[in-house]
Amino acid sequence: MSDSHSHGDHHHELPFWRKYVFSVDHKVIGIQYGVTALAFLFFGFCLMMLMRWQLAYPGKALPLLGGLLGTKNMPGGVMSPDFYNQLGAMHGTIMVFLGVVPLAVGAFGNFVVPLQVGAPDMAFPRLNMTSYWVYFVGGVVMLVSFFMPNGAAQSGWTNYPPLSDITDPGFWTGQTLWLIGMVFLITSSLLGSVNTITTIVQMRAKGLSFFRLPFFVWSQLVTAFLLLLAFPPLEAAGIFQLMDRVAGTSFFLPTGLAVGGEVSKAIAGGGSPLLWQHLFWFLAHPEVYVLILPAIGIVAEVVANNTRKPLWGYRSMVYAIIVLGFLSFVVWAHHMFMTGMGTGMSTFFQVTTMMISIPSVIVLTSIMIGLWGASIRFTVPMLFALAWVPMFGIGGLTGLPLGLTTSDIYLHDTYYVIGHFHYVVAPGTIMALFAGIYYWYPKATGRKMCDKLGHLHFWPTIIALNGVFLPMFFQGMAGVSRRLYDQTYYLHGQAVQDLTVFQSWSAWVLGLAQIPFIINFFVSLKKGDKVGANPWDSTTLEWAAPSPPPHGNFTAPPVVYRDPYEYSVPGAKKDYSPQFEPEGA
Amino acid sequence: MDQSIYGWWLPPDVSVHGAGIDHLISVLHYFMAVLFVGWGLFFAYTLIRFRKREGHAATYEPIAGSLSKYLEIAVAIFEVFVLLGLSMPVWASYKNDPPSEAEALRVRVTAQQFVWNFHYAGPDGEFGRVDISLVKRLNPLGRDFDDPAGKDDVVSVGIFHFPVNKPVVAEVLSLDVIHSFNIPALRVKQDAIPGINVPVWFEAKETGRFELACAQLCGSGHYRMGAKVFIDTAEQYQAWIAEKVKEAQE
Repeated sequence: MSDSHSHGDHHHELPFWRKYVFSVDHKVIGIQYGVTALAFLFFGFCLMMLMRWQLAYPGKALPLLGGLLGTKNMPGGVMSPDFYNQLGAMHGTIMVFLGVVPLAVGAFGNFVVPLQVGAPDMAFPRLNMTSYWVYFVGGVVMLVSFFMPNGAAQSGWTNYPPLSDITDPGFWTGQTLWLIGMVFLITSSLLGSVNTITTIVQMRAKGLSFFRLPFFVWSQLVTAFLLLLAFPPLEAAGIFQLMDRVAGTSFFLPTGLAVGGEVSKAIAGGGSPLLWQHLFWFLAHPEVYVLILPAIGIVAEVVANNTRKPLWGYRSMVYAIIVLGFLSFVVWAHHMFMTGMGTGMSTFFQVTTMMISIPSVIVLTSIMIGLWGASIRFTVPMLFALAWVPMFGIGGLTGLPLGLTTSDIYLHDTYYVIGHFHYVVAPGTIMALFAGIYYWYPKATGRKMCDKLGHLHFWPTIIALNGVFLPMFFQGMAGVSRRLYDQTYYLHGQAVQDLTVFQSWSAWVLGLAQIPFIINFFVSLKKGDKVGANPWDSTTLEWAAPSPPPHGNFTAPPVVYRDPYEYSVPGAKKDYSPQFEPEGA
Repeated sequence: MDQSIYGWWLPPDVSVHGAGIDHLISVLHYFMAVLFVGWGLFFAYTLIRFRKREGHAATYEPIAGSLSKYLEIAVAIFEVFVLLGLSMPVWASYKNDPPSEAEALRVRVTAQQFVWNFHYAGPDGEFGRVDISLVKRLNPLGRDFDDPAGKDDVVSVGIFHFPVNKPVVAEVLSLDVIHSFNIPALRVKQDAIPGINVPVWFEAKETGRFELACAQLCGSGHYRMGAKVFIDTAEQYQAWIAEKVKEAQE
C-alpha cells in the first residue's frame, strides 16, 4: 500500500506505455476494463446476431457474410450445427465472463469505488494492473480458440461433461483453450475482489462510516465477496476438466461410457458427471448476483440523483443485498432439479430459492417507492435506470415458476429459462450498465455525452430488447427446448417459428440501435460539452474530485460530513448537500 | 399428425399427473400478471405525478414505509402458499409414490448420440441380461443374446409405443453424454445421465401421436434427437408389441 499512498513520486510525467498501457492508476485501469468489456459485449452480441439468422431461416444461406466465415463453419453459406453450437457456447461465455462482469466489476468497480470512498487509488495498484492484464490474456485465449482446427468450445457455456470431455479431444482444441482461458479469467476476478474488499474496508475517507457509504460501494463489496468465495470451486473444476481432457483422468467420466456405440478403452471411469454440475453452479448461481448487484448499485445512484431525494430504505436495501449474497450460495442446485434429485434435496433448494426472492422484492419496491414525492429529472442515465425497474421485475417474476420444482418439470431447459435469465442480465443488468456509462462518463472524460444521441440509443434499444426476449416465454410455454440448431425439426417448434423470425429481426434492429451509442461514446470525447466537477448536482464523493480526476484523485483529502444521499434537505440553499461539504457551506 | 395441438402456450396435457403442474404454472402467471400490472401502474403514476416541473420540489422526508412492508409480507405469504400448497405436494406425490411394479409397464429408455432406444421386456416381463463388455456398434445396449430371458426382448429405436390408461415406468439411461428425456404433452422430463439409472413414471389418459425432444445439449445432432411417441389403445399396443416380438425372434 505504501507506493499508492505516497503519490509525491508520481507527479513527474510517466512515459506513454506506463500511463495508458501498463498503468497502475485505478481510473486508467477502470477505463481499460470498460473499453475492453464493451468490445467483448459487442463481439458476443455479433455471435448472437449470426445465430439468429440460422434460427429464423434454418438451412438458408446467409447472404454476403455466409461466404466469409469459412467453408467448414458455413458450407455453402449455411451454418453448420457445430458452428451454431460454438457460437452459442461462446456467446454465453463472452457475455458473462468477458463482457458484463468486467464492465460491472472491473470497470465501474475500479473507476468509481476508490473515488466514492475518497481514496487516492485502489489498495494494491500493481495487483490491480495485474488483474486487468490477466483478464486480457484470458480474453485473447478465448478469441484464439475460434481458430483451432475444429473451432471454439461447443458444449454450451455450462460445459457439461461428459460432452465437453469427449467432444473434439486433444490439446489444441476450443474446449481445452476455453478451460485455460477460464483459469485466467477466474484468477483475474480473484485478484480484483481482494483489492476491492481491502480498499473499501481500509481506505475510506475520514467520516465515511459503513452506513454513510454510497449504495454502489455496498453492492461492490458484496459482489467482491461473492467472487472471492464462489470462483475458486470453478477454478478447481476447470482444472479437473482440463486433466480429463489432456491427462487421461476421469473426474467427470463414469465407468462404461460408450461413445459412438463403443466402450472407450481410454477412459478409466469412476467419475461423476454431476460433480461438475455442482461445482459449476456453486459458482454460476452466485455469478448471477455478481452481474445484478453492481447493476442495482448503479440504479440506486442514478435514481437517488435524479429523484432529488434520499434513497428510500437505504439501510434495508443494504441488509437486503447482504442477505442476497449469503442466500446466493445455497440455491445452486435449482439448476439441477431434473437430474433425478430426491424430495429432500429438492425441497431444500426450492425453499431457499423462494427465500432469495424476498430481498430482491425489497430492493425493487424500495426503488419504486423512492419515486414517491420525488422531482424526477428524465436525464439519459435516468431513462436507462428507470427502464431497468420493470425489466428486472419481469426477470425476477419469471424466476418463480423455474424455482419451484413442480412447474420446473415442464419449463426446465426450455426457452422460458433463456427468457428469464436474459431479462435479468440483458434488459436488466445491461440497461443499468448503460445508465452507469452515461452517468459517470463526464467524470471520466470531463465531457458529457450527447443527450439527443442518448435518446436515439435508449428508445429503440428498450423496444428491440423486448422484441427479442418477450417471445421466449411463449416459446418456452410451447415446450421448445433451448440450444436447438433448428427448432422447426419439431411440430411444437414450427408452431412458434413466426415468433422466432420476429425475434431475429428485433435482434438485428437492436444491433443498429447501438450505433448512436458507439458514435456518442467516441465523438463526445472531443465534442461533448465540457463539465465541472459535479455536473449532475450530486452528493457522493466522486463528484468532489475534478473531472477527470488527476492522479491521486482529490486535490485535498476529502472529509465526509453526512449521509450519502442528502437531496432536498429542508432549509438548505440548494437541493443537494454533498457528503464532502461541511454544515453551512 | 395434427399440428393444431401445438401453439404459443402449453400444449394439451395428456398425462394423469400433469394437472398439478399446469395448475401451478397458471396460478403463478396470474400472480405475476397482477403484481406486474400493479407495480406498473404505480410506477407510471409516480413518473407522471412526480416529474420535474415549475413549482414542484422533491420532499426530503421518506413516505411512511407500511405499504412496502405489507407488499413484501403478501409476497412472502403467497410464496409459502405456492410452496406448501401447490409445489411440494405435487412433486412429493409424483416422485415418492410411483406405481407398483405389478401394474406398470417397464421400459428402459437409453439415450445415445443422437437416438433414443426403447427397450421392452417382452411377454415374459423380464429383461434379458445386459453387460457393458458386450457393447458394440451394432449392439449399443450390450444385450446378451444367449440369455433366454432376453429372447423376447424388443428394442425400438426412435419410436416409443405404450398403452393409454396404464402407468409406465421408464428407466432413463444414457450411453455417452447427458441427454434429457422430454415429452412436453406428457409433462415429463428427466435428464439421462451416463452411469446413473433414474426411473420416471407417467400415465397417459388420451391416445395420440406426440413428440419426444431431447432437452439437454448433447452435441451437433441435439436438435434432431427426437422420437415419435405413440400412445395406443391397449389392443393397438398389444398388436404392435406382438409384431415386434415376432420380428425380434426371426
